[in-house]
Amino acid sequence: MDLRFTPDELKFRDEVRGFIRDHLPEDIGERMRQGRPTEKPDLVRWQRILNKQGWAAYSWPREWGGPGWSAVQRMIFLEEIQTAPAPEVNPFNITMLGPVLIQFGSDAQKSRFLPRAANLDDWWCQGFSEPGAGSDLAALKTAARREGEDYIVNGQKIWTSTAHEADWCFCLVRTDPHAAKKQQGISFLLIDMQTPGITIRPIISIDGTHHLNEVFFDDVRVPVAMRIHDENKGWDVAKFLLGNERSGIARIGKSKERINFAKREAHEMRADGRPLIEDPEFRRRIAQLETDLKSLEITQLRVLSAQKAGESKQDPLTAVLKLKGTELLQATTELAMDVGGPLAMPDWADELEALSNEPEVGPVWATEATRSYLFLRAASIYGGTNEIMKNIVSKAVLGL
Amino acid sequence: MRGNDVLQGTFVVDFDFTEEQRLLRDSVERLVADHYSFEKRRGHLAEPAGWSAEMWARYAELGLLGLPFAEEHGGFGGGPIDVMLVMEAFGRALVLEPYLATVVLAGTALRLAGNAAQQAALVPQIAAGTLRLAFAHGERQARYDLSDVLTTATPKAGGWLLDGAKSVVAHGDGADMLIVSARTAGERNDRGGISLFLVDANANGIARRAYAMRDGMRAAEIALSGVELGADALLGEAGGGFAVVERVVEAGIAATAAEAVGAMEAMQALTLEYLKTRQQFGRPIGDNQALQHRATEMFVALEQGRSLALLAAMMVEEPDAEERARNLATVKVGVGQAARFVSQNAVQLHGGIGMTEEYAVGHYFRRVMVIEHTFGDTAHHLSRLAREVA
Repeated sequence: MDLRFTPDELKFRDEVRGFIRDHLPEDIGERMRQGRPTEKPDLVRWQRILNKQGWAAYSWPREWGGPGWSAVQRMIFLEEIQTAPAPEVNPFNITMLGPVLIQFGSDAQKSRFLPRAANLDDWWCQGFSEPGAGSDLAALKTAARREGEDYIVNGQKIWTSTAHEADWCFCLVRTDPHAAKKQQGISFLLIDMQTPGITIRPIISIDGTHHLNEVFFDDVRVPVAMRIHDENKGWDVAKFLLGNERSGIARIGKSKERINFAKREAHEMRADGRPLIEDPEFRRRIAQLETDLKSLEITQLRVLSAQKAGESKQDPLTAVLKLKGTELLQATTELAMDVGGPLAMPDWADELEALSNEPEVGPVWATEATRSYLFLRAASIYGGTNEIMKNIVSKAVLGL
Repeated sequence: MRGNDVLQGTFVVDFDFTEEQRLLRDSVERLVADHYSFEKRRGHLAEPAGWSAEMWARYAELGLLGLPFAEEHGGFGGGPIDVMLVMEAFGRALVLEPYLATVVLAGTALRLAGNAAQQAALVPQIAAGTLRLAFAHGERQARYDLSDVLTTATPKAGGWLLDGAKSVVAHGDGADMLIVSARTAGERNDRGGISLFLVDANANGIARRAYAMRDGMRAAEIALSGVELGADALLGEAGGGFAVVERVVEAGIAATAAEAVGAMEAMQALTLEYLKTRQQFGRPIGDNQALQHRATEMFVALEQGRSLALLAAMMVEEPDAEERARNLATVKVGVGQAARFVSQNAVQLHGGIGMTEEYAVGHYFRRVMVIEHTFGDTAHHLSRLAREVA
């Protein structure tokens, strides 16, 4: 670190680093170093190890099973996890649903769901986007009609990450189709994915993996007790969720990990008869990325500093974190891919899964670097596209 | 915010300013608001010196000229964060006076290399506004290579004899005293053997050719032929000047990073105002999404640049020389690129009016352009960082 931490913070960083070193199962660590995608069983195993230490729900208060860390500690924890590299905790459970339950949930909802979310006993997915409601999320149509003590849900969600692996889904549904403003007729429901009437259809993404899904709801019965906050107040919950913990969105540790990965492999990879790492153009590209990343790191510290000073209003700098953070994440995954050269192009990851006896087609890291590059083209799309973010900044911050 | 705290590890994310720093910032901002409107600046620029002696006296009165010097020598004991605040306000107003040359550049050399007698003699005069200095280091053949020094200082009875030439010396034309680098040993690009000297700018053997830079700031070519110096003219150790030169340049990078941030803020503000008021096709041009997105990208660049100016202020006194150098090179690259993006788009979004001498935006444009080409340009520092990639 170039910016100095306090002795306590340094001690904390060493503690986190030491814990990951000593407790991350070796097979998971090896897969992560090669850049392999995190499979569900690996993440469950790892998140439970973290949870036993009290760290899985790293952004939650002590009262609800979190470590009660400061914003700086959370940042350090995330960066250590990302640079190790170790799997990141399930974001749907920890950064999205958890804080929503803590803020808006009833006591019964909190005690039922929070401990299980932290321990990954329940795997959550997010049912927000619909075919007609992407950037314009409030245009969502999935309807929940009240029938006694239940809602009857009908409609369709799309881009639902890990729905096929999920036990539960937190969903935005329309409970009042006649509300004066479209934002006013929305409620926030927790839906058990085993409920009859739910159909999941895979969407294979350009990285060749099954991560995304379409989810269809056909007369799905959801108890009213599974609603978070008041009826027709779901938009407030969604806004809270989307605005929560924005400082993690820069994913600086992940970009650093991609640069470290590229540097490491560039020592082995040869170009024009010498290690690629000695190529001045390649080094210049790294120097540029590290410059941009350093600047973003300070920007993130400014956001944390403002939070610490108790400034509660939405910090316009979080937009910088999102825009610059995703650009750099994409640029660093691009760098990692380019290190592989032609060996980054063969698509043989399925053979890895099948434990084939065929000889390897180039190094595993090279094909995985390409998968990661393809996968993270989504970074500037999910959670609101960068173009929408620019629209928001130009109105809310610049007054245009 | 106290820059030194970073070095001692007592804070990491405390970007809040202290009460004193806030007062300093407010008073400098008030001063330039009252006396440095774009119209008034035009008047200052038209003075024979190319800047305002009256403003210089006001800076002295406010304590800005003695700001970074130790109190025991007659300074005010300020730190890099204080200098950053002053430079940012000066950047917003496009201040023309030789503050960077006197207080930051020559001042850093004097603070770091001057003995007690030299500091006690000079600092009170600097603080009072009666002595202006310039840092005469660069030479025509050197480009951005700090060790490329051909000017020589030859020992003679009771002192030295100075011969050579210095190029593009910021505010070298009007300075009362020069800090001149010269070889007392070694070959052209040796780091060792460079020494610094305090030289009366009006001494025999000195010829100065004054001119304006592209941004209106003053500079000079300085010829030195047989300039006689006393033994007490030596600033710091004979042959050990290179390390001081590096520190001076780093201080310059930090100060101009803050100045560029001030200039970027002003360009951003002018541009937003223009986007909101300029009507075409019956509506403000800022209604166009292409321009909204560009303005947002300018905002992102400005804030990333501001982060680096903060980093510079926190790193400029860092004791670890390698870490300090690497961070300041990073700052120079990042701020240079941010300033280029903001300034080019500020002109573009203004359209024709942005191209005119009578409008402010082009003046900011030229100031950040000159800053980028001072102390090593973006390509120079990026290459340096690239060589050090581990």
